[in-house]
Amino acid sequence: MATKDDVSRERLFTRRALLLGAGQAGLLSVLAGRIYYLQVVESSRFQTMAEENRVSMRLLPPSRGRVLDRGGEALAVNRQNFRVLLNAEQAPNADAVLAALSEIIPVGEADRRRVLRELKRRRSFVPVAVRENLSWHEVSRIEINAPDLPGISIDMGQTRYYPFGPTAAHLVGYVAAVAESELTGDPLLELPGFRIGKGGIEKIHDVALRGRAGRSRVEVNAVGRVVRELDRQEGTPGGDLSLTIDMALQDFATKRLAGQSGAAAVMDVHSGEVLALASVPAFDPNLFTSGISARDWDELLHNEYTPLINKAVAGQYPPGSTFKPVVALAALSAGLVTPEFRVNCPGHYDLGDSRFHCYKKGGHGSVNLHEAIAQSCDVYFYELARRCGIDRIAAMGRALGLGERTGLDLPGERGGLMPTRDWKLRTSGIPWQQGETLVCGIGQGSVLATPLQLALMVSRIVNGGIAVQPRLTRELVARDGGFVARPPEAQSIGVKRESLELVIKGMEAVTNTQRGTAYAARIKEPEMAMGGKSGTSQVRRITMSERDAGLHKLKDRPWRERDHALFIGFAPVSAPRYAAAVIVEHGGGGSAMAAPVVRDLLIETQKRDPSRRQPPGAPSVAALGRG
Amino acid sequence: MARRARGLNPVDLTLMDKALRLNWMLALLLSAIAGIGVLMLYSAGGASLQPWASRHLVRFLMALGVALAIALVDIRVWLRLAYPAYAVGFVLLVAVDIAGQIGMGAQRWLDIGPIQIQPSEIMKIAMVLSLARYFHGLTAEETGRVVYVIPPTLMVLLPAALVMIQPDLGTAALMVLGGGAMFFAAGVRLWKFGAVLMAAGGAMPLLWSMMREYQRNRILTFIDPERDPLGAGYHILQSKIALGSGGMFGKGFLEGTQSHLNFLPEKQTDFIFTMLAEEFGMVGCMVLLGLYSLILLIAFAIALRCQSMFARMAAVGIAMIFFLYVFINVAMVTGLVPVVGVPLPLVSYGGTAMLTAMIGMGLLMSIDIHRDMRLGRHGEALTS
Repeated sequence: MATKDDVSRERLFTRRALLLGAGQAGLLSVLAGRIYYLQVVESSRFQTMAEENRVSMRLLPPSRGRVLDRGGEALAVNRQNFRVLLNAEQAPNADAVLAALSEIIPVGEADRRRVLRELKRRRSFVPVAVRENLSWHEVSRIEINAPDLPGISIDMGQTRYYPFGPTAAHLVGYVAAVAESELTGDPLLELPGFRIGKGGIEKIHDVALRGRAGRSRVEVNAVGRVVRELDRQEGTPGGDLSLTIDMALQDFATKRLAGQSGAAAVMDVHSGEVLALASVPAFDPNLFTSGISARDWDELLHNEYTPLINKAVAGQYPPGSTFKPVVALAALSAGLVTPEFRVNCPGHYDLGDSRFHCYKKGGHGSVNLHEAIAQSCDVYFYELARRCGIDRIAAMGRALGLGERTGLDLPGERGGLMPTRDWKLRTSGIPWQQGETLVCGIGQGSVLATPLQLALMVSRIVNGGIAVQPRLTRELVARDGGFVARPPEAQSIGVKRESLELVIKGMEAVTNTQRGTAYAARIKEPEMAMGGKSGTSQVRRITMSERDAGLHKLKDRPWRERDHALFIGFAPVSAPRYAAAVIVEHGGGGSAMAAPVVRDLLIETQKRDPSRRQPPGAPSVAALGRG
Repeated sequence: MARRARGLNPVDLTLMDKALRLNWMLALLLSAIAGIGVLMLYSAGGASLQPWASRHLVRFLMALGVALAIALVDIRVWLRLAYPAYAVGFVLLVAVDIAGQIGMGAQRWLDIGPIQIQPSEIMKIAMVLSLARYFHGLTAEETGRVVYVIPPTLMVLLPAALVMIQPDLGTAALMVLGGGAMFFAAGVRLWKFGAVLMAAGGAMPLLWSMMREYQRNRILTFIDPERDPLGAGYHILQSKIALGSGGMFGKGFLEGTQSHLNFLPEKQTDFIFTMLAEEFGMVGCMVLLGLYSLILLIAFAIALRCQSMFARMAAVGIAMIFFLYVFINVAMVTGLVPVVGVPLPLVSYGGTAMLTAMIGMGLLMSIDIHRDMRLGRHGEALTS
């Protein structure tokens, strides 16, 4: 029986149930509205975010161009290298991931701190290299444990390798990790383990060797693993750069100077191509690519023989008697002396109250220009220098390439010094003294030159007074346009041929006459014979009392205070083609220590001269080369 | 009355009669929803029936069998079983909490031999049936008095508190809201709801102090999703990205990037709706919500046609719980409510939730079949 009570209850229930249903319908409408809002109104924003989630842009580092010698011998190449990377974006807790990784492969405390530091510094999507040069065993261990190492990935990269090690270290330079101050905003530089040139050719031609990065768009999943590549835009590998250097000759020069501290430069007097540019001792550039150890670095830094400095272009030395040809040319050009002009050398030269000594105690007697060069008579050149004045000498020095940077494409080149009266007044405020002119006349005092400058000076004298420029790069072979270096049209330095001939004859006599200072170091094969000029430059002033006591003997002095031994030479005398300059730091006498090195270098250079292997009537000098 | 005039004596329904009265429309809708579930799980498994889709299908077919069997059982049996089931559920809830205390950590399962039991699932059904039975036994006058409202309030709050400390915020909320809706349907005065709401407001600090760290984080993250984009906020942000990027028509079946690249968490369970939204867009969402709405519509239609208070109340309670599942889940993945871990009925992967939902639907069908049966205060059939 349906009671009245039941009926009213049923009505109440029906009303309330309908209200509940309406409430549910209302809430479902809210859901529908929310879905409409997300999927239609805000859809494009979320689509962008989904794409950002899904697509990751990866830079493809270009492979660095090689550095080759003139014969195609590789001086800098790339080798495979397995690295383990950490991507901060996918590893919110980098510390824990590193701890887990260190249980699989050894990770040093220094590496760990470096990684954490770099993670803070770099953009979160740029991975940081944890360790490099992994072995196959380590790579496979990491791959197996990959699920437990979020954000860790293996990357096959390339490392720079220098097959010749120290032999061409100063020339080729080295690459190393990008320092913070070198970041330019180019994301390529922020790639983990990316290396840029830090010295030598690697630094000067870094951009050409570096190439341009490619881009790869990849689809990644939530933990950052690459699912597939969407598209790829290949980069441009760096160009291969050929140098003018003949690596065999470079190697010969380095070995010839082994054990000394010194430098050697050999160049073609016509084209300006530098065939060898050695500085010893050197360092192994391969130490830098993987990060040099603090101990190795300390050793290089504090070595007395300064292995980090490229002495061939950055070492400045008083040229000593090798400077005398400059003074001779200055005097001849100014018409102040004739070839017959004679000076009597009693072993010293008096100027006012001062007495200037000739290195030969008894004196040379009466000498003309030819004899003065051959026997390196100091008194003769005191007289010439006094007559010329310092400004004429400096002008001739500059014309021959001294006193300013040659512009060779190597970092750290220095310009030497050609003093003038102006310069002295400007820099010290004290007027130039005539005594200084005399000292400069024998290449001492404030005159400074680099070995490369000395080789250039010889070149400009023996090539007939043409202002040739030294060159180191021959050709860049790159996919996006390289270059072939051509020597610029060289101007004459404006010195008369006869004057040059006089000086050249004098230099020939240095090595080829018995009274010449370097007769012992002559080249005996007539077709290869060399001319040259020795030089011994004082590092420290010899006091009167020492001179009297005979205490200025080389061996009695500590290494640092011994004289520098220099020699400049050219060959063959019949038609000069090559010039060379050598310095042996604190080596003693130039004719004894440096001249034999130049002799051997010039013999080796001429033996390797391709024109000697060609039949007569072969192309002219400028078109030659083995590239 | 007209129905009785047709000469159908509801007490003497034969099995054949019952089978004929079965709500096949409801069964069809349920199968359609479960079918969408299979489809989405196939996609979630990476275009594979393994590991989820095929098992989901098998489970649904088994659960459908259980539901049909339940439907054919006389409604009086369910009325009589309501309190015993509640008692068993309550004991199991206490047991699981104690096991959780001993095991030091969240515990929702009870291992009994090879079977895992989730007492909170039993409790949801038992609570609905018990409340239905309780209100069935009250007169309209009694329903209006405060003393009679206290026992059912405890029947809701005690198990909800037990579930809360498991901790399972989602199920607790579901119980309280579902129970509340039944109070409302039973005719409890509106001012009493106001009083309860006030009390709840006062209890908030207490509730806060009872919550675990991760639950508090979820609520704080819900209030400010940018608070921790890579931590707790990550899931909801990724879910919104997936949903929003689906657009009107979706990215296409098996083409969802957010889900297939694992940006979407729990894509086979709680966040399966997001996956549907990503692959089938707003159109897909509306189809599924439409199917759910049809089921709710049928449930309310059944409730309104029932002759007994027990049947009406049970039908409304089941509809309410079903609705709350759908609403909380979808509101959660769209970022409208905090992440509480409520599955989407019949679509999310998970055997227990599937079975619970289908038991509820089976009871609904049983109510439908026995809608004309009139029951006395104690569950006895009244012949008129």
